[in-house]
Amino acid sequence: MSEAPLLELRGVSKRFVKTLDAAAKIARRLGANVREEVVHAVDGVDLAVRKGEVVGLVGESGCGKSTLGRLAAGLHPPSAGRRFWKGREVDALPPEEQRRVQLAIQMIFQDPYASLNPRMRVVDIVGEAAVVHGLVAREVQRDYVAECLGRVGLDPSLLRRFPHQFSGGQRARIGIARALAVRPEFLVCDEAVAALDVSIQAQVLNLFIRLREELGLTYLFISHDLGVVRHLSDRVVIMYLGRVVETAPTAEIYAQPNHPYTQALLAEIPRLDLRHKTFVAIRGEIPSPLAPPPGCHFHPRCPHAMPRCKIERPVLREIAPGRFSACHLNDAPAGVAPSAQTEVTA
Amino acid sequence: MSEPTLKVAGLRTHFFTRHGVVKAVDGVSFTVEPGKILGLVGESGSGKTMTGFSIIGLVDPPGRIVEGEIRLKGRDLRALAPAEWQAVRGDRIAMIFQDPMMTLNPVLRVDTQMIEAVRAHAAVSAEAARERAREALVRVGIPSPDERLVAYPHQFSGGMRQRVAIAIALINKPDLVIADEPTTALDVTIQGQILAEVQKLCRESGTALIWITHDLAVIAGLADEVCVMYAGKIVERGTVNQVLDSPLHPYTRGLLDSVPSRNRPGAPLRQIPGMTPSLLRLPEGCAFRERCARATETCLSEPPLYPLGDRQVRCFHPIHAEDEEPVV
Amino acid sequence: MNLPTDVPASGTESPAIAVPAPSPTIAFGAPEETPFHRIAADFAASRIALFGLALFALIVLCALFAPLISPQNPYDLAQLDVLDSRLEPGARSGDGKQVFWLGTDDQGRDMLSAIFYGLRISIGVGVTATLCALTLGLTMGLTAAFFGGRVDGFVMRIVDIQLSFPAILIALILLALLGQGIDKIIIALVAVQWAYYARTVRGAALVERSKEYMEAARCLALPASRIVFRHLLPNCLPPLIVVATVQVAAAIALEATLSFLGLGLPITEPSLGLLISNGFTYMLSGKYWISFFPGVALLATIVSINLVGDQLRDVLNPRLQR
Repeated sequence: MSEAPLLELRGVSKRFVKTLDAAAKIARRLGANVREEVVHAVDGVDLAVRKGEVVGLVGESGCGKSTLGRLAAGLHPPSAGRRFWKGREVDALPPEEQRRVQLAIQMIFQDPYASLNPRMRVVDIVGEAAVVHGLVAREVQRDYVAECLGRVGLDPSLLRRFPHQFSGGQRARIGIARALAVRPEFLVCDEAVAALDVSIQAQVLNLFIRLREELGLTYLFISHDLGVVRHLSDRVVIMYLGRVVETAPTAEIYAQPNHPYTQALLAEIPRLDLRHKTFVAIRGEIPSPLAPPPGCHFHPRCPHAMPRCKIERPVLREIAPGRFSACHLNDAPAGVAPSAQTEVTA
Repeated sequence: MSEPTLKVAGLRTHFFTRHGVVKAVDGVSFTVEPGKILGLVGESGSGKTMTGFSIIGLVDPPGRIVEGEIRLKGRDLRALAPAEWQAVRGDRIAMIFQDPMMTLNPVLRVDTQMIEAVRAHAAVSAEAARERAREALVRVGIPSPDERLVAYPHQFSGGMRQRVAIAIALINKPDLVIADEPTTALDVTIQGQILAEVQKLCRESGTALIWITHDLAVIAGLADEVCVMYAGKIVERGTVNQVLDSPLHPYTRGLLDSVPSRNRPGAPLRQIPGMTPSLLRLPEGCAFRERCARATETCLSEPPLYPLGDRQVRCFHPIHAEDEEPVV
Repeated sequence: MNLPTDVPASGTESPAIAVPAPSPTIAFGAPEETPFHRIAADFAASRIALFGLALFALIVLCALFAPLISPQNPYDLAQLDVLDSRLEPGARSGDGKQVFWLGTDDQGRDMLSAIFYGLRISIGVGVTATLCALTLGLTMGLTAAFFGGRVDGFVMRIVDIQLSFPAILIALILLALLGQGIDKIIIALVAVQWAYYARTVRGAALVERSKEYMEAARCLALPASRIVFRHLLPNCLPPLIVVATVQVAAAIALEATLSFLGLGLPITEPSLGLLISNGFTYMLSGKYWISFFPGVALLATIVSINLVGDQLRDVLNPRLQR
């Protein structure tokens, strides 16, 4: 009997509605073609993360990965769907329990400059929540913060400084220390290394790997960088315009991508060993989330699009043990779609 | 032998701030041949962006170019008067910025801006200029150019805007284009499109291109030659195959080793210890000394950039072939 | 497979050759540099602003120590001699004991003393009114930004209506209803000014609210009151400080105007405006000093505040920061 996943999202959606103000409502009454703008940032997503797993969440702009991350962390309430923590529905829990769940799921943010309060000292940034929630006594806050900073590789003597006195990589570490100070079990990393230099990126990624081993953490690692995701994740989830298009164990998805979007994405990554590559571009722009194409969102750009793709939304189905893909091509008798070619000229 | 499109020799750009002198660019030299693509690689604080700005003359106080020679097809750019710079910028040298909104005026239509760019440098009629604008948009792969010409920048997506910015940069067929991280903020699939366009255009028109980035993988696919910069200086220079396949400088080596695709999945990445030093407090001698495993006492004096075969490296202990670890 | 001995396979091993450990790189500045130090240093970069600050400091000191430095207490009727009235600057009093450096007014009051006492009133009223308006406006603005929706709409409509009336008009109406007195003037000034602060704070709070450190605070399940007062408020202060600085000057000017029109403070507590008003009738007959010198004092006060406010605005503007 397998254990319930640590965090589970079932059928979650998040809609952002730009409501009409009074003037626009009047205009609509008078016959103007004014509609409320709805962005389906996340559209019916199921996600389950087991304890100790690292799930990589990948996609481009408008795919909804950041929103999904915030739904997982409890920062946005979902417009539809339910969130489960250790098998129990979070919204049905009493407030005290909900608070504990909130502390158990922490987020690491992308921008090391905007994610720290510029007017607070590091000791307060990192230690505040732990003291407020009674995890440590106020008297020992300094020592506790020193310990947290040491764990992320920062010099503890710096705790009285302000964020502007640190470099980008150091600030990223302070953000991680802040999250760790409340002893979470689950970390949502929202493009946590995207804004960092390559050499610092490696250091912070190594820190994530080390913390995973030392503290038994579970990660939802959101990134647009497929190389980083491949290195860190056990399992990868690919999103496009609010929907999950494919999910599989890391090695399998990179070796044999099934969904045409995954194939295109992997073909597009610049690689160190490909010289003078003739870039074969995937057609078209990413559509605006305000007006996603009907049926399968990817069909305007898909080299294998069929008439069915314009009408019917493909369902995420298991095509192999542990591998799921949402593509009508998988229904075809021919089986797996042909993989894309990358031209390499010497 | 024909003259290089761009020759930079001993360029030094310093910033005189309240806290001290920041030597953003400190002795940079390279050449770019017509039709070739030079990759200028480095992390933040390496001076790569400032080098680009210095070449096109956009360094603002408290910074200024204190020394160095910059020649565009033999013409001395440092000696240009402001009026002469007006004629050169946009016509002979163009720049593409990371944020396309640094090129595009949000309150003007695209055709207005492009026509303006053409007529500032050539005495043509508005109709002729418009025709050239339309061709430029087609060349960068923008569909339905007539509709796009009458649109405003905010009606475009990020990738489209960057393509319009590139179209404006190339509209007067400049000799040199400097691109400062133009695809860093764009999605991978859009980046692929833009790289394809830029590469094609350079090969066809003989424009020299300097591509400034921190992403080695983009350079791998795009560039002919690479200069790696660290703390304001070039630390290694060579063809893209030479630098990426057999790096000489420990920093280049460290950068390549830390890329996830060069490491075993799941294992800790090989990392360069420490941090880029603050440009106000550079260590004595080699700026990379404190992070380098190969450092000795010799490194307390500054290493010059010296040739090693047809390559250049700034290191007393470059990595030779026999030291090489096989690539994972 | 020959692994070179001096290039470590993983960066976490210590190198074979001793290399000094890299010290934590500090971006700029000396240790313990608080945001305040940075702002002060940036502020001091402008000589004009320093001059303005010095001038304002001087004026405030004169106002504070008015009883000590004034040659005469101009409100003590026992000290006045009507025969000394309307004397020129530099003249001596009838009994020869005093020199009236700036002349006297029509009651025999020494202008210099009257100006010192007048500055006291003017600055006191200006600063008090500004502080009260700031507190009220800040509360309203933060409430509007934090709760959003209808609360926001309601508060901002009041602000819009308030700001669409000329300040003088509102003040005049209020004073007509309330009568004279220092507390009434302050109420009128607060009523006129709170809307600026509310609007400024709301704008700043909306920007800050969407920043990631606010999301982080919510992620850490901190109570809402704590988030508003410890996280949101300190970061909304810079634009508020700028507005407040300039508004002090505006409050002083407005009070002077009202006093000039006779609606402000009573004669027993003359501010600079009232002094100017008193002397107005004598301007054309050549006794300029009764209006002129209080006018200069008022001008100096307002200009010095504005110089400080201008530099503060540039210094506290995040876009201009390197």
